[in-house]
Amino acid sequence: MWEIGIRDIEELYRDIPEKYRLKKPLNIPEKGLSEFEVKRDVEALLSKSKTYTDMPMFLGAGCWPHYVPAVVKEIVQRSELLTSYTPYQPEISQGMLQALFEYQSMMCELTGMEVSNCSMYDWASALGEAARMAARIKGRNEILIPKIIHPERAATLKVYAEPAGIKIKQVAYDTETGQISLEDLRSKISDKTAAVYIENPSYLGFIETQVDEISRQTHSHNALLITGVDPTSLGILKPPSEYDTDIVVGEAQPLGNEMNFGGPLLGIMACRDDMNLIRQMPGRIIGLTTTQDNSKQGFCMTLQTREQHIRREKATSNICTNEALCAVASAVYMALLGPEGLRELGETIMYKANYAIHLLSKVDQVKTPIFKSAHFKEFTVNFNQTSLSVKEVNRRLLKRQIHGGKDLSKEFPELGQTALYCVTEIHSKEGIERLAKALEEILRGE
Amino acid sequence: MYRQASWNEPAIFDLGRNGRRGHVLPEAEEEIKRAVGDVSSLIPKAMHRTSKLNLPELSEVEVARHFTRLSEMNYGVDSGLYPLGSCTMKYNPKINELLAILPTLSMVHPYQDESTVQSLLEILYRLERWLSEITGTYEVCLHPAAGAQGELLGTLLMHAFLRSNGEYEKRTEVIVPDSAHGTNPASAAMAGFNVVVLPSGADGCINVEALKSAVSEKTAGLMLTNPNTLGLFERSIGEIAKIVHEAGGLLYYDGANLNPLLGKVRPGDMGFDIVHINIHKTFSTPHGGGGPGAGPVGVSENLAQFLPIPRIVYDGQRYRLDYDKPNSIGKIRSFYGNVAVLVRAYAYILSLGFEGLKEAAEVSVLNANYLMKKLREIKGLNLPYDGKKPRKHECVFSAKPLKSETGVSALNIAKRLLDYGLHAPTIYFPLIVEEALMIEPTETFEKEELDRFVDAMRKICQEAYANPEYVLKAPYNTAVSRLDEVRASHPKTMALSWRMHMKKK
Repeated sequence: MWEIGIRDIEELYRDIPEKYRLKKPLNIPEKGLSEFEVKRDVEALLSKSKTYTDMPMFLGAGCWPHYVPAVVKEIVQRSELLTSYTPYQPEISQGMLQALFEYQSMMCELTGMEVSNCSMYDWASALGEAARMAARIKGRNEILIPKIIHPERAATLKVYAEPAGIKIKQVAYDTETGQISLEDLRSKISDKTAAVYIENPSYLGFIETQVDEISRQTHSHNALLITGVDPTSLGILKPPSEYDTDIVVGEAQPLGNEMNFGGPLLGIMACRDDMNLIRQMPGRIIGLTTTQDNSKQGFCMTLQTREQHIRREKATSNICTNEALCAVASAVYMALLGPEGLRELGETIMYKANYAIHLLSKVDQVKTPIFKSAHFKEFTVNFNQTSLSVKEVNRRLLKRQIHGGKDLSKEFPELGQTALYCVTEIHSKEGIERLAKALEEILRGE
Repeated sequence: MYRQASWNEPAIFDLGRNGRRGHVLPEAEEEIKRAVGDVSSLIPKAMHRTSKLNLPELSEVEVARHFTRLSEMNYGVDSGLYPLGSCTMKYNPKINELLAILPTLSMVHPYQDESTVQSLLEILYRLERWLSEITGTYEVCLHPAAGAQGELLGTLLMHAFLRSNGEYEKRTEVIVPDSAHGTNPASAAMAGFNVVVLPSGADGCINVEALKSAVSEKTAGLMLTNPNTLGLFERSIGEIAKIVHEAGGLLYYDGANLNPLLGKVRPGDMGFDIVHINIHKTFSTPHGGGGPGAGPVGVSENLAQFLPIPRIVYDGQRYRLDYDKPNSIGKIRSFYGNVAVLVRAYAYILSLGFEGLKEAAEVSVLNANYLMKKLREIKGLNLPYDGKKPRKHECVFSAKPLKSETGVSALNIAKRLLDYGLHAPTIYFPLIVEEALMIEPTETFEKEELDRFVDAMRKICQEAYANPEYVLKAPYNTAVSRLDEVRASHPKTMALSWRMHMKKK
């Protein structure tokens, strides 16, 4: 203060009109706590919540329990990465840039695409951005989406798409299999369709198999195919590139990121190597280049003229801060697992989920899954034949220290009393068996 | 002098060897396999992956080493001063990291029964109340994942408001000053508004007369950051609010520059209707090289009905997620926000309290004014706009004199600063200052570190006059020298992934 010639800090606030100055203390804790007290209080509060380690839980639906290897946790806590800003100065930020480039590259390998950005906020907002991207590219204003979609994802899409004048139409499903009704698709697709959006696996866990036909129809109307993916399935399932997907979106939280009560998540956004697509892509994209003297390989942000800090109101999106560190976690995760690990991950999930289906389908009066299709890690469990609602079943399961699946009765009333169950590599055989046994007891009225 | 690690670390695809594995996964038991049959029979034929995944094959130690080496070629707040203007790169307390990785947070699913997540709902509810108290708003929504998503939500709330009073078709314009952050016009455009750019006055602040002629019956709102991007407090905010409100518009507060006002002035009291907060700036959560952040939005009472669902409600005994909000705009993302980031902010506010937050604001202003005073003494730099006015959190210098006398630009200064082991300021922003260097020291750096920055700036300007060629080629001490950014973005040479690189090689 002495150096800048003031005696009182208030002199630096003298230009703020008196009437706006805060006159009384805020109604927040007045004094700060010591580190010890903060740790004690927050830990004590948090310790009251129940977690996946306390009881078997069978929740997924857009945020999934998977194991996060120790190396991943260690790397994302490296303060050079953790406490850095967006790599605007590439020479001093090569570590972050290379890690993000490697995330993009490995995401491209998984999805089969050539270009990936370095992240969107989550699957839902990535879908919203993809719809806007498709509408800009095609100069059309309709997007077709499946009727079976996560309601939160559909709601987010609506909020993102509406201001751009995009209309969303839902395509019905085959009530037997859950698969997209090709007939309904044919009746709704037109030269107004900018893109057709499908999910694989679908929100209700089954694998969509008519992808080649959907792709053919989409492209015959000169529309784009957008595919939403759960990347843990891509070690065993055909990648979206092989059915000519133009834009891939999805959720990469399962690759090395914890659930954290639903956030942060990690939105995937990838596309084909086509300048018409790339120029309209939202978000940061890291590229490989060389030093100006051509002596070394290096990395920097590319195509920044798409972005808000250069293009302002004409930018492809307003996104700035994204989920970069979560993308680094996913890069470390994919590197640790490698091609064999990702295949094994997919297989283990599919084995265990199908084991759960196998056991639950033997429980009297329970129908699982509703749809006659192959299921990856999630599946529907229907209680219509019982006298209990999903809510009541879940209440009784919780009493037995088991957390049931997500109640779908409000979002899909046509499916009746149905829940969405999720099983991954972290679910034990014993946990699954405990669930089946508990359901038997509950439905017997015990 | 500083020397950053320079490992020549190959891309991960060039590392490892066939057959190596870095992680062992739990396997499905034999009994499971017997019960459900072979996995290949479970997958529909048409959907089998037949192509081999081209991912690197590395051992655990190779992966750990690779990414550790990468981290060593990166600079963070823990490495030294990070004076990026408008980014508020303050120290991120370590205790918050320890709390944010507790399994009692990380292993909790968003759809768990409310009875099993009362403590998390309590933390989020309290944080909402605290943030609304700090910003002087009625209710706060924690959902937005970043500041820009907060802005998008804010402009969508303008829509909802206009729709509710039947002015949706009529009010199509959002006014944004030419000194605004790029996200402001981008967000307004994304929400479907036409952006009207308002030129700043000669003093770098809003020109009230220009604003009067810019507003009309088409005006939906004005987006403003205060203090503005020059670090100047918009003194006429009372009149600005009056003009916008009388024209029937809403006033939006871009919270990127909230730090200097904590506990001193509240956006709500200045007349702002919608306020976003950058948790990863003002509330000290780490920026992670570009996220995750969090961008909560606070609103006045008449707008609260439009906030995204669910809202956290408390009946005095239990916390609950309320989806029954018929006027809500719906959702801007899945679930409830970047909770792991928000819990860090909760711990930060607990650590500082009202008095600590106020002191943080004051010291951030003191530091910015100290740098302004010291940097003014350096030949080659010029302080545009009234030098007698105190700055708030940041100050903006122009390197125009240096550029015209030596050819060394703001960009070159930025690159040379890296050689001194300091991060560069934001450059070429705000757009209204030529050769701009936008400097925000924050409260968490001590005088010695600020002096190190001033010394480096002085030396660089001296170098520019003595040996401009040398400065033009900087940096020398970073992991790599200047990069070919043109090549990186040229359609013929661009390599946005490893497979694209191999294809072009």
